[in-house]
Amino acid sequence: MSAPSTAITLANLATHYPALQIVLPLVTAPLVVLLRGTRLVWLIAFAVTLACLGIAVDLYAQVLQQGEISYAMGGWAPPVGIEYRVDRFNGLMLILICAIAAVVLPFARTSVEKEVADNRLSLFWAAWLLCFTGLLGIVITGDAFNVFVFLEVSSLSTYALIACARDRRALTSAFQYLIMGTIGATFILIGIGLLYMLTGTLNMADLAERLPAVTQARTLNAAFGFIVVGCSLKLALFPLHLWMPNAYAFAPSAVTAFIAATATKVSIYVMLRFFYTVFGAEFSFGSMPLGEVLMTLSIIAMFSGSLVAIYERNVKRMLAYSSVAQIGYITLGISLATTSGLAAGMLHLINHAMIKAGLFMAMGAVVYRLGSCRLDQLSGLGKQMPWTMAAFVAGGLSLIGVPLTTGFVSKWHLASAGFGAGLPLVPVAILASSLLAVIYVWKVIETAYLRAPLENATPVKEAPISLLIPMWIMVAANFGFGIQGTVIWQAVQQAAVQLTGGV
Amino acid sequence: MAMLEHPILLAMLIPLVGGLLILITGNRPNLREAVTLVTATTLFWNVFGIYQAWQAGTALELSLFDTVTGIPIAFKVEPLGMLFALIASFLWIVTSLYAIGYMRGHHEKNQTRFYFFFAVAIASVMGLTFSGNLLTLFIFYEVLTLSTFPLVTHAGTDAARKGGRTYLGILLGTSIAFFLLALIATWAISGTLDFTAGGILPEGIPAPLVALLYGLFLFGVGKAALMPFHRWLPAAMVAPTPVSALLHAVAVVKAGVFSVLKITVYIFGIESLQSGQASQWMLYVAGATVLLASLIAMTKDNLKARLAYSTVSQLAYIVMGAALAHQLGIIGGAMHIATHAFGKITLFFAAGAIMVASHKTEISQMRGLGRAMPFTFGAMLIGCLSIIGLPPMGGTWSKWYLVMATVDTEQWIMLGILLVSSLLNIAYLLPIPVRAFYGGTTSSNPSTGIKEAPVFCLIAMGISASGCLLLFFYPQPLYELVSALFPG
Repeated sequence: MSAPSTAITLANLATHYPALQIVLPLVTAPLVVLLRGTRLVWLIAFAVTLACLGIAVDLYAQVLQQGEISYAMGGWAPPVGIEYRVDRFNGLMLILICAIAAVVLPFARTSVEKEVADNRLSLFWAAWLLCFTGLLGIVITGDAFNVFVFLEVSSLSTYALIACARDRRALTSAFQYLIMGTIGATFILIGIGLLYMLTGTLNMADLAERLPAVTQARTLNAAFGFIVVGCSLKLALFPLHLWMPNAYAFAPSAVTAFIAATATKVSIYVMLRFFYTVFGAEFSFGSMPLGEVLMTLSIIAMFSGSLVAIYERNVKRMLAYSSVAQIGYITLGISLATTSGLAAGMLHLINHAMIKAGLFMAMGAVVYRLGSCRLDQLSGLGKQMPWTMAAFVAGGLSLIGVPLTTGFVSKWHLASAGFGAGLPLVPVAILASSLLAVIYVWKVIETAYLRAPLENATPVKEAPISLLIPMWIMVAANFGFGIQGTVIWQAVQQAAVQLTGGV
Repeated sequence: MAMLEHPILLAMLIPLVGGLLILITGNRPNLREAVTLVTATTLFWNVFGIYQAWQAGTALELSLFDTVTGIPIAFKVEPLGMLFALIASFLWIVTSLYAIGYMRGHHEKNQTRFYFFFAVAIASVMGLTFSGNLLTLFIFYEVLTLSTFPLVTHAGTDAARKGGRTYLGILLGTSIAFFLLALIATWAISGTLDFTAGGILPEGIPAPLVALLYGLFLFGVGKAALMPFHRWLPAAMVAPTPVSALLHAVAVVKAGVFSVLKITVYIFGIESLQSGQASQWMLYVAGATVLLASLIAMTKDNLKARLAYSTVSQLAYIVMGAALAHQLGIIGGAMHIATHAFGKITLFFAAGAIMVASHKTEISQMRGLGRAMPFTFGAMLIGCLSIIGLPPMGGTWSKWYLVMATVDTEQWIMLGILLVSSLLNIAYLLPIPVRAFYGGTTSSNPSTGIKEAPVFCLIAMGISASGCLLLFFYPQPLYELVSALFPG
């Protein structure tokens, strides 16, 4: 295996895209702190995000053409050096993270001015870029320890981002998240440590080769257990989801929109990477009772998350509990342990990112005008903020899973996968819990459109156009990919095939 | 864009474009209403063109992109859809006329929004009627539910909000929990969802499973209002009367029973249903709904509520026709879509006209009102007779075929139910116009100063009531259209 030349020239730039994907936002972060001037800072962050999106798209195109990309960081050949590896699955994940960031950033620029103190703005953008770097790094790396490093980068910056909000409750939420997130990361680290002890390697591909020969089953099982629990904490799988509602509710709106669409999704990615690439499906679902456990927890999550959401009075918290339920759908697809179940889970992972980004942005616009998103204060908002509330309705329909939205395509494939796996009760559970989504989404719609404004409420104007455009881009994506529902499905299907059989 | 000129696509685009024009012309009511009328007429003309082309033997089909892998959004003209499209598009013209008189006479607010969502609802009905597979049908079924929600809650009052909640909860709930489940199960079992003569379910599926699936479909199509999922229909009566008339006597509810007929004929196939007895239990559900809804209707003093329960009962006739799994039942059910549409829309028109002219909503207040509003109550009498199924009204024929179907399949209990129900129909419908004409006015109910309804309302009633008569004397085109379902 010959390492590519370490010197970066314009001619071989494309071969260094895997490194640039991470390095670019990473070096911009300190630059942003040095620059201070807010307008320029934002512009740089946006330019870098767009560049990252371009790189991600190009990497995915390369994968489609030439198959998996392996990049040796610093020219040190794996397994000694750190390897970046891009296949169909994480290629898609990179695009997802970059695209969400690119859409949410213009939204953030306006909304953050209200929600974050001026003197913290440059630090805020630096933390944002670090978070972005961390998420991309987790996804692109092929090294188990490197996963942990980037996980910490993204988590620590997320705590900072949440704590940036003017709302003092954000501090306790960030602390709560910090404690839970650190426990999760530590569990993952212990798991990785045990794996290193068993095999003497940290490279994932190398691990996958050596693990089958491992005879100390008990240590291996322990490593698996630690990693599963750690990931479950980070991805907010029931009953390890308690950090999430407050973190989402009190963080600045743009941060909520960004992390709700990406952070938990990346944790699911990590889990899948360990299940399939490192441990192998045979071990994860065969030797370990993972399918059964995951399925039970997912179904409880689907119902309990939605039930709590129904009684929630703060709409951001409502959406957070809805995320608990929706993550349940994703893990339910995974727990079926079939290729189509896995693909359906991945599909919902991407679709749910689009849905929640749109919904949280709509609520962000409401917070921008009202300063709050308590349900009763939304009364009569349908008339006052017609475009914002229409976006919420559209996103809500996708969350429910009405035809012609991405949510419908997800539910269709999840339910089909349930039948395909010979478990007819799975589709029943999926559709029954969708009914609960109807209730909580409709509570918001009913309040906004069919209730008169509160008597002491001052009328508000429609949100500024800089908030509306990103929001409606997400809504358009929900409907575009819902109507042309085969585009993402085919991509994730191939990714699932590669993940289960190709490695 | 040659494809945009495809007549089936036009049937959906015309109302949508009309809806947009309505929004644009919203500030000028006269122009806006003209747009509605022109759009409705253009749509009917287009649908009639499809009918002629189809009669001439042109196979009209259209397949768009896949929305879920392997299942395209597809359209195809076939007898049931053709019939429903003709009725819905024709009655939209009539209802538009009526709505102009009603909405202005009643000083309703937000009329632009009203006409806009009305047009969107019609567009989704058109998509539903011409759908070529079950997924396409389901998509438009859901769009129809959502686009009619703003119409049901039009008044924006507490009652409207409550009604809207029931409406959406039941329709969306049943469609997701049962309909979609059955849909995906069917897809998993047979690998196709195309409407195919004789059905698509492969042989060898255990009969209880087929029966379960059939039940899921019939309850899942909540718009067919089978008990116990019928409550949304009375709840929807908070809507302005033109909505109750076109949508909740024709378009929405018929979309339900239309779906039931289509699923019975093209997904299950009547032969296999008949041989497996899979639809027997749903027959009892339909029979019970026919009777119970009639009994409830008798207890209602509010005219619109009584008409709503009457609709629940009449819809169950059609479901019964489907569940009999017999040619005559299907023909009778399909004809009942047409005859009941004309009869019930006339009754709703009359109810709205009475409300506009005299502000009376309760039947007990309408004694003697016939002398002040002879035309309205005359039309109502015709509508009542047609619903009951007495000559010389169109309703006679559809009930005749349904009765024949129960005889042919030897479902004597169902025959009994049909006969008893007709008596009940007489008991709860006929007294309304009769008392209006012959009952003396009570002193607490002076009808002095009450004049006939607005002229637009009268024209609309005249057209729909004539339709009831016409369908009796010239049922041939209707019968031929429906019996094309069973060549040979």
